[in-house]
This record gives sequence, C-alpha cells and structure tokens, in this order.
Amino acid sequence: MSKPLPQPNAVTQRFWSGCRDGHFEFQSCGKCGHHQFPPRLTCTACHAAELDWRRSSRRGAVYSFTVVHRAPLDSFKADVPYVIAIVALEEGVRAMMNVRGTDPASVSIGMPVEIFFEPTDGGEYPLPQARRRG
Amino acid sequence: MASKAVITGAADTAVGKLEGSTSLGLQAEAAAAAVADAGLSLGDIDGVLCGYSFTEPHLMLSSVVSEFLGIMPSYSIAVQAGGATACAQVMQAAALVEAGICRHVLAVCGDNRLTGMSRDKAVAALSEVGHAQFERPYGISVPSAYALVAQRYMYDYGVTLEHLAGVAVAHRKHAMRNPKAQMRQPITLEDVAKSKPISTPLRLLDCCLISDGGAAVVVSAADAAKDTRKRGIDILGTGQMNTHEHIVASPSLTDFGCKQSSAQAFGRAGVKPADIDVAEIYDSFTITLLAELESIGFFARGEAGPAILSGALDLDGRLPCNTHGGLLSYAHSGAAGGMFHVVEAVRQLRGEADGRQVADPELAFVHGDGGILSAHCSLVLGRN
Repeated sequence: MSKPLPQPNAVTQRFWSGCRDGHFEFQSCGKCGHHQFPPRLTCTACHAAELDWRRSSRRGAVYSFTVVHRAPLDSFKADVPYVIAIVALEEGVRAMMNVRGTDPASVSIGMPVEIFFEPTDGGEYPLPQARRRG
Repeated sequence: MASKAVITGAADTAVGKLEGSTSLGLQAEAAAAAVADAGLSLGDIDGVLCGYSFTEPHLMLSSVVSEFLGIMPSYSIAVQAGGATACAQVMQAAALVEAGICRHVLAVCGDNRLTGMSRDKAVAALSEVGHAQFERPYGISVPSAYALVAQRYMYDYGVTLEHLAGVAVAHRKHAMRNPKAQMRQPITLEDVAKSKPISTPLRLLDCCLISDGGAAVVVSAADAAKDTRKRGIDILGTGQMNTHEHIVASPSLTDFGCKQSSAQAFGRAGVKPADIDVAEIYDSFTITLLAELESIGFFARGEAGPAILSGALDLDGRLPCNTHGGLLSYAHSGAAGGMFHVVEAVRQLRGEADGRQVADPELAFVHGDGGILSAHCSLVLGRN
C-alpha cells in the first residue's frame, strides 16, 4: 500500500502546479484582503468569489507539532518517528507539513522553518515540507 | 421552564469485546432495551434516528435498522457527525417531538468496532477523515491531530503531561466502580507516563478505547411521556456549533465550538455551568476533555488540570464527570461512544447509577464533539 498522494482538482490545481514550480501559493481575497489556505472557491471571511493567488515567502514558524510513533497506515511505518507540524507562514496562513532534516526531539513551537518541496514516491506533484531555517 | 421533549427510555448493551456481535445486532439490542426501559413497545416508535457504522456501513442505515427491527417509522434518517452524533440525534429528536412531527423517537447507535475489524483497520479507517490533499499525505491520524491541539494547548496554558495523565486516572477511577466497564484495573499517573507513545504528547492511556457496544434512548413528546414507565428526563436545552472539519483549517487550536454550543444549551435551559450536578463530556483523548472543560467554562483556562489531580471530577468533586468511565475506560464503539454519555446522564438523574451514583443530581450536562473538535453538540438535561 502506497502513501496517499495529492490528487489536484479544479480548486487546487493552481496550488499543486505552483509546488511543481517551487512556489507555495495561497489565496488572497480581492474584496476584503483575507489570506487563506487550503484553497477554496470563495473567501472564508467575506464569502466573495474574487480570489487572487499570492506567492508565499516560504518562511514561517512551527505553530504546533507532534512526533508520530504510531503510523496510521503501513506506508508510513518505516518513517516513524516522524514530525507533523502546523506551520504558520509569514503571510498569516497555516499549513500542515512534516518537519524534515532535524532530530524530532529538537522541534519546538516557534521554531523558524522554511518550505522546501519534496518529491513523492510515484506522484506527479512534490509535497511542500518544512525544515529548520537559520 | 417546561420541557416539551422528554427522554423516556435509555439503555446500552454489554460493552468491550463481544465475540460474534454485529453492528445491526447491537443496535437492535440497544433499541429494544431502551424501548422496554420506557415501558413502550417497538410499535409505539414513530421516529428513528440512527448513527453510522464502520463494520456494516450503508447508504441508508436508518432504513436498514428499522427493517431489521420490523418497524415502519413515519420519520427516519441517519445522522453523521462523528463524536457529536449521539447528542445531535437527541437534539434532532427533541426538535421532532417539539414540532409535533413525532411522539416517540428512537435514537440508536451501535458498532462492533473491536471484533468486527482489526485495530490497524480501525486506525486506518479513522485516518481517512484527514484532508485528502493537505493532511493525509503527511501521515496524519486522529490521535496526531488531537496531539497538535494538545501541544499548543500545553504551550499556551501551562498544561503539563501530568495534568493530561490525571484525566486518564480520573476516568479509570470511575470505571472501577462500574461493573460493565471495559477497563477496570487501576492505573497511576506513572502508568500513563510509561504507556506506549502514540503521537507526542499523547500516549496509549491518553487515548480512548476501541470497543463493541450499542446504546439508545427514546425521546418522547411531553404529553406522550405520560404513557411511559419511569420518571422522564427533561431535555431543557440543546445547542450546536460547527467551526471546521480538518485541523489544518481550524480557526484555533485552543478555542473550540463547544463554547458556543454549550452557551446555547445553557441559555435555552436558563442555567449556568455552576448549576450542573453531573457532566458527561466527550473524552476521545485526555486533551479533548481538558480543553472542553475549560472552553465550556467549568474551569478557568489552565485550571482544569490541577483541579482534576485534586479530585474535581470524582463523585464528590466540584464537577462529577464521566461517571461511567467515559470513552477512556468504559467503552468507545463509534457513534455509540457518545450515546453512552447520554445514557449515563439519564441513569444519574434517575438515581440508577448504583455504586457510582452522584448524590441527588437535578441537572446534567452532556457534550459530544466530532472530527477534531470540529462539530459540537451540547445538552442540558433535568430531572422531571
């Protein structure tokens, strides 16, 4: 059994294409200026349909995290212990990522991170992931 | 306030590892027992509200259950709101009898999640609630999503691992007084701290059980309740709030919809948290209960942990809570997990809780949460 891979749809295709090009893009409301992620059809703050896409600086900080010891699927069993974090990006949106390249025990809330793009096994689009910054 | 909706029957099946049990069988057994508890017959039921099943899923579970029971209700739907399902069924049943659409509504749940599927399959099935594109590729599970809440909650409010462990120990203490509970051997704070790590900061004993079991209640219109056998339990107030589904889209990791859903229920009942004599609150993980106790207003932020370590949730504590043992130590079999809380509240208010009876309770609060603290439903119940 392989890992679940993102299957882009009409709402998210732009985001995943951006990942392939090395950009993390989020939506910005043309009416009220609200920033949001994951992508939607309308603004979650004012419900306007005028959404623009913006590129993130790819810089942020760990908002919360967990070190997973019990994998939910066989395909993740070889990875334990792995870190899942909710990363708060500088632009005010949050996204889930794994934190790579650092000892899970050293991850903390507030830790500065940057987004990089990690190829997936058999997937067309790379996953945005986090690593320690600075 | 005169209640127009009354819980007239409540029952659950045996719980734990029930070899040979089926989802449909557990639902039928619980339904028959709740109807008998009310002194009614199945033919009196004109409304059926079902939950959902992992082991026997069906597009129209409510029709399947009614067919199996041999009844033809004039109103029938299935409700799916994860751990909020049971409370949402009761809220919906109350609305149906108050609107005059039904006289006696059966709200029933049951699943054989322990013997009907492997533990691995149950964990994998639950992980499918994660966002397909923005969570599941990262290896999210339900415990991991709650762990993200726990980590941030600990950071913001000074909650410690010992505070979380105290929740598990308090539940086990209750379960030890309940002969039906699945887990009755005593545990200590150290046992929790040494149990298998699942997803930091949560360990195995911070997590709910996986069980077989079913539970049901009958909700009757006030005038129809006169035909029933036992003292009715008034549904004094109900409330709901739904803020998100996936933790990645949650507006907050520390403030949840239970605040609004409980405020609605308290407001409709005309009571406040301090008036509650016994509470049965969803405890899928230790952090779930702790965050809900503080969000609802039973304790100030950061105060529930120390209070629980000093016995606040015990029978003679400030807020006797999850007196049956909860999802952590009594049982958790899907939607029925939340219905066990409702059934226990009814038993407490009727004075039927035997060795775990709270002294003379008049008001009970019940709360269910589904998803990752996503869907919330609260009930205020009172002795008729």
